Amino acid sequence: MMFYRFVVGSLRAIVRGPKLYYLWLLFLVALIAIGAIGYADQLKHGLVRTNMRDQVSWGFYIGNFTFMVGVAAAAVVLVIPAYIYNWKPIKEIVIIGELLAVCAIVTCLLFVMVDIGRPDRFWHIMPFIGNLHIPSSLLAWDSVVLNVYFVLNLTIVTHLLYRAFNKKPYSKRFATPLIILSIPAAVSIHTVTAFLYNGLASRPYWNSAILAPRFIASAFCSGPAIILILLQLLRRYAKLEIKNEALSKIAELMAYAMFVNLFLFGAEIFREYYSSTEHLVYTKYLFSGVDGHRSLVPYAWLSLFLSGGAFLLFLIPSTRRHPVGLNLGAFMIYGGVFIEKGIALVVPGFTPSTLGDIYEYVPSRVELMVTAGIYGIGALLFTLMVKVAVPIMGGHLTIDTGSKRATTAALETPQPVT
Amino acid sequence: MSDSDAKDKPNRRVFLKMLGQAAAVSMLASCSERDREAFFQQHFKELSKADLAKVLERLQAEATEKTISQAHPEGRAASIGVEPAMPGVTFGYALDLSRCVGCRRCVDACVKENNQSRDPQIHWITVLEMEKEGGVDVMHSNAYYVADTVPRKGHFYMPVSCQQCRDAPCVKSCPVGATWQEPDGIVVVDYNYCIGCRCCLASCPYGARHFNWAEPHIPPDEINTNMHYLGNRPRPKGVVEKCTFCIQRVRKGLYPACVEICPTGSRKFGNLLDPDSEVRYVIENKRVFILKEELGTHPKFFYFYGV
Amino acid sequence: MRLVILTAAALAAAVGCARSRAESPPAPARVDAAVAGDGDAGVVGDGDGDGDGDAEVDDGDGGIAGFNAGPIFASSSYPVPPPPFTEGVFPCMDCHESIETDPTPRTLVDDHTEIKLHHGDRDRWCFDCHNPDNRDELRLASGRTVPFTESYRLCGQCHGDKYRDWRYGIHGKRTGSWNGKKQYLLCAHCHNPHAPHFAPIKPMPPPRRPGRSK
Repeated sequence: MMFYRFVVGSLRAIVRGPKLYYLWLLFLVALIAIGAIGYADQLKHGLVRTNMRDQVSWGFYIGNFTFMVGVAAAAVVLVIPAYIYNWKPIKEIVIIGELLAVCAIVTCLLFVMVDIGRPDRFWHIMPFIGNLHIPSSLLAWDSVVLNVYFVLNLTIVTHLLYRAFNKKPYSKRFATPLIILSIPAAVSIHTVTAFLYNGLASRPYWNSAILAPRFIASAFCSGPAIILILLQLLRRYAKLEIKNEALSKIAELMAYAMFVNLFLFGAEIFREYYSSTEHLVYTKYLFSGVDGHRSLVPYAWLSLFLSGGAFLLFLIPSTRRHPVGLNLGAFMIYGGVFIEKGIALVVPGFTPSTLGDIYEYVPSRVELMVTAGIYGIGALLFTLMVKVAVPIMGGHLTIDTGSKRATTAALETPQPVT
Repeated sequence: MSDSDAKDKPNRRVFLKMLGQAAAVSMLASCSERDREAFFQQHFKELSKADLAKVLERLQAEATEKTISQAHPEGRAASIGVEPAMPGVTFGYALDLSRCVGCRRCVDACVKENNQSRDPQIHWITVLEMEKEGGVDVMHSNAYYVADTVPRKGHFYMPVSCQQCRDAPCVKSCPVGATWQEPDGIVVVDYNYCIGCRCCLASCPYGARHFNWAEPHIPPDEINTNMHYLGNRPRPKGVVEKCTFCIQRVRKGLYPACVEICPTGSRKFGNLLDPDSEVRYVIENKRVFILKEELGTHPKFFYFYGV
Repeated sequence: MRLVILTAAALAAAVGCARSRAESPPAPARVDAAVAGDGDAGVVGDGDGDGDGDAEVDDGDGGIAGFNAGPIFASSSYPVPPPPFTEGVFPCMDCHESIETDPTPRTLVDDHTEIKLHHGDRDRWCFDCHNPDNRDELRLASGRTVPFTESYRLCGQCHGDKYRDWRYGIHGKRTGSWNGKKQYLLCAHCHNPHAPHFAPIKPMPPPRRPGRSK
């Protein structure tokens, strides 16, 4: 009965909001509609509607999947100091990171879903119902860790919010082990995703031992970058209390992560170009093109410029603390890693193909539409969850105010709970 | 709880329940018996005898429908066999690089024998043209050569198809076990279990796996009705397929189609466990190599120089 | 002097490219329709009329192992389709019975003019292989004669390594069953004995390059 109230209260919080909120929802619904149109087309005609082919058999979808796994994993950046060291300013906002992780995982699963040729057989890869080929298949492992991470974060978030809704502190005995478990789980989702590529001896571009460390390093840049921007938006529109101190601390963490990321990248680049074996061809395709095929070259350099630039912005304390520097840096990191862990990771692995064939892949219109739709779903989910979480965490939405009239009042004029 | 909630609740529950039931009923009603069976079909290796018979009946009916044409308005009866591996047999293949002239007859015969899609085009065999100067160098090969006659001066040819690895990366990477190595060494795919994730395309070092990006299209009169469940039966869109050494032929003692057609006799096939087989003779008496040996895939496909 | 013609056209037939599918004979039981349809009856079919040969290979001492032990001049033969004669040319003696044999090496001007000898050109001519006394047979260096259906013995005199590989099924094409009945081809089915270099052939069209979606 109490949980029913929690649900009803949450639903009420979701449907009420200012005009801007509805406009935002409308925008997301439009994105989802575009995605649905694209996906319907793809379902009808097959993946031939994408530009993936036998030569380049993964593309934009799996690139986005990889990037979003990184975003999901990055929630731990906030969890570690918040819970382990009880660092107050971040603890208040850690719930946002966890919500982001949940939504990111949903988009990850959706990206896999739209990428597979037989979505009707999706259950074959689900833990318990399907026929998981463990231990040898990394995608099977990925399915396990993603599902575990999803359930873990959803449980933690629901527990925290439900307790707060009932005006009780969260249960340390229940939540703390889960929170601690979520840290290795976060590392594992990105590591396993890296291993998915890393383990393929047939693709020398990925077959590098530092691929997983690079994944983690870049995730620790891109995930917090999104969180930085989201927190500022929430501070502005949802009146969430967030201290500047927390923001610049996150930016500082990102600077270190980006340093490690660039260092590992440099180590890889050195090995490739100095030894200059026949495996250099993939890196060459990315940065300078092969036989006049250069479609990735501008993106590769743009990514490098964005990541390097953001590193400098976040390294210098004065630019890091300045709102313009902070936001510019966050956007640059997001852009840089989005390219690096998306198309610049997936496509060169396949170009040239294992038999030396060069097919230049760029995402098709349907791929862009479906991707937009999936991000729309992710953003919608996040918006709705935040819409519930913020008033609960602020103490404006509780069991007392859960009834119709009280909720409305509480949301319109936030008051501290007595 | 307020009074209004108490009133609302049962109604709402009933309504939701009805909605759910209606959705479930309409979903099940909208798909045919066949679709429903296909959806719930278990992994090939887990099918009971009775289940398998039912599955084969369904698949044969579907395959026969695909052969309906003006010439055969009723369709030609497709037979989908499940001949098991013969005991004491591990298949091996040997290809003579000094004899292959790159005429692509094998590609054509393979397409017809194995019901490969004509549009979009799927070829299980890729014939690579390389320069004699460069030696075996797949990264600088050309699969799209056009010539009035072959062999072209200064070039040699290397057909590549599934190498039927002993330690197959594709089998390892499949998340649902939809592809595996049979006791006779043939790596097969259960087209009704494959989810189409294409991990195997990424992990195969030989470009041997092919994905049905669209619904495969074969002229009905060109469909080969002599089929095997794990081989040349028609594939649906969205699944992966590959060379099976013509499993529907070799398990009946026949040579694969590419061996039968090769005009230069470059293609040799047989039982690796039989010391008198042609492949064994090649391995024991000729200079043999395997493609991308350094990857540790241990192919059962050997290239040799017959001269 | 006349020579028996082994036409180069047989080569094209062996390649199986010239024949349209519609014309090809019904597929033999043990050769799959989809493959047989593309081949030539003389190549993959079992209508070779050489049943005794088949029997010896299959029922002898268990497949090709026996070939290794058996002497080359044993009376056994290999299951091969009929030699690729030009139609109507055999038996040779139909004409040669009434023509006097002229043993002098020379350029042929009256008949068999289409034969251009590119097979050790300077050191070889008709009677190195053809039996001057009975043109329906071939003659080995030792003086022994062999029928056209066993011409591989003749070729094997010089090309010993190829002959050995051929017997094992490694040189040249073998069709049929990997664990049972096999169909051999004579050397002459692929190599014109008068100009044995394997003739270049027209390749099938290349694969289509992958295209992006519209």
